[in-house]
Amino acid sequence: MKLHQISVFLENQPGRLTKPCDALANAGINILTLSLADTQNFGILRIIVEDWEKAFKVLEKSGAVVKITEVVAVKVPDRSGGFAGILHVLERSGINIDYMYAFTTNRGGNSILILRFDKADEAIEILRQSGIGIVDKISMFAR
Amino acid sequence: MKEPSCHNWHVHAVSMPDFMPLKKLGELQGKRLRSVVESAYANVACFRKRMDARKVKPQDIKGIADISLLPFSEKNDLRTTYPFGLFASPMKDVVRLHASSGTTGKPIVVGYTARDMEVWKNVIMRTLAAAGMHRGDILQNAFGYGLFTGGLGLHYGAEALGATVIPISGGNTERQIMLLCDLKVTAICCTPTYFIHLMEHAEKMGVDLKKLPLRVGVFGAEPWTEGMRLFIEKGAGIKAFDIYGLTEIIGPGVAAECERHCGLHVFEDCFYPEIIDPVSGKNLPDGKEGELVLSTLQKEATPMLRYRTHDMTTILPEPCKCGRTLRRIMRIDHRSDDMFIIRGVNVYPSQIEAALLKVEQTFPHYLVILTKANGLDQVEVQVEVTREVFSDRISEMENLRGKISLSIEHVVGLRMNVRLVEPQTIERSQGKAKRVVDRRTMNPGDKL
Repeated sequence: MKLHQISVFLENQPGRLTKPCDALANAGINILTLSLADTQNFGILRIIVEDWEKAFKVLEKSGAVVKITEVVAVKVPDRSGGFAGILHVLERSGINIDYMYAFTTNRGGNSILILRFDKADEAIEILRQSGIGIVDKISMFAR
Repeated sequence: MKEPSCHNWHVHAVSMPDFMPLKKLGELQGKRLRSVVESAYANVACFRKRMDARKVKPQDIKGIADISLLPFSEKNDLRTTYPFGLFASPMKDVVRLHASSGTTGKPIVVGYTARDMEVWKNVIMRTLAAAGMHRGDILQNAFGYGLFTGGLGLHYGAEALGATVIPISGGNTERQIMLLCDLKVTAICCTPTYFIHLMEHAEKMGVDLKKLPLRVGVFGAEPWTEGMRLFIEKGAGIKAFDIYGLTEIIGPGVAAECERHCGLHVFEDCFYPEIIDPVSGKNLPDGKEGELVLSTLQKEATPMLRYRTHDMTTILPEPCKCGRTLRRIMRIDHRSDDMFIIRGVNVYPSQIEAALLKVEQTFPHYLVILTKANGLDQVEVQVEVTREVFSDRISEMENLRGKISLSIEHVVGLRMNVRLVEPQTIERSQGKAKRVVDRRTMNPGDKL
């Protein structure tokens, strides 16, 4: 199961992050997790929210360039070596991670990682076979 | 006689002069030139002095071929004689004034007699008829009303053609879109940049322009490109026509595209076109690119002799398939004074636009910013990111930047720094689009 990630183009300048975040706040949309990738020139804000369709509309209306990408959220045991184990599985199968970001929850001793693959379905299959938990409902993010 | 019911009859009648046999056209041009030169010489000191200096008398002008004997005029003549120095008619005969905003200092002022207004109305009717408009069309006139010639110029011609005119003027984009929908508008006129702005706004409002009765767009007052036409025609489901004109000559109505979209027919029974080398001032033959020079053949209040437009184009001498005998000029997509020089290379904004279109395949909003660092010219091209090209991967975005930079280098021959910017951050003009910002200040110590 894949999650819908929202990406927003930003110029790398002070104050640019505020606008999309304000737009979401005003619409009562809570950001579950996010990551900000930046270059000298521009940045890309990536967000996970519960109601991605609404968030997409809100952000587009605010004038932002928005894109929806499917990402995979995996459960990582919150102990040393937890993440390395997942990487080994992926490495063996030759699947490339485009980018990733993480956040911790204290539910059941797991962290959650958001991973962007170019072959998401294949990756999910391999992770499943290796017994790695996939977060398949956005509600599981709720703390 | 019974009023004909066929729309085409009306169109055909106003367009009759467009199909004049060449011999008759030449004779008419010669006759009209003689009379405008006589009036300019008798009534305008500036023209008289300049002709005297060249030892040219009005009687030396026997036919249209003698036009090259006459001296040039230019925008500065209107400034130095501000406000009425180039008027050939007494003010009691002048029924209208228009002015064009100067970016620096005083505006330029032009006048129209009642007969000038008739001429203007007629060329606008011919302009709109060439775009396939007719009685029964509903025209949203989004050119600015006021001192600018666009709004009022189109207004009277469209009414005379029998169209219903909505004099909405420029701005207030949401209301423009509401009326486009509610009033069953079939034709619109404005600058092409503003129409693209309308398209973007309509999309945001959830309005599909393709589903509206709108079928004709008449666009002018700024240079635009074939790429923009395709973008507009595809995105809005209309036919887009380029029109050309300038305040100094009459306003809109100097030249217009017909349904063939192969250049703009100059209404040369009223405005005589020449192409010159912008540096030497020598006449160039038809088919060669150079600066467009225009002479008014019928204007009474402010006649213009060999006015240098700074617009770069080519006269296409071959007959047009539409049957009009009027010669065509190529679509004007750059001006001799639009050109900027970077590290010794001449660059036109239209070249950058072409380079961007190759990469993005959609109409890009862009701005060229020129600065100086350590005595060297620096260029930055800001390009707005669109939904079509945006990716969540940094590598793809960097790739896009590289592709744009390479494409510009191919077209222009110079590497320029490309900066991707957020949508709607580059200012949308309601009038002429601003494509270049030159921040290269010359310090007193700097050498040219």
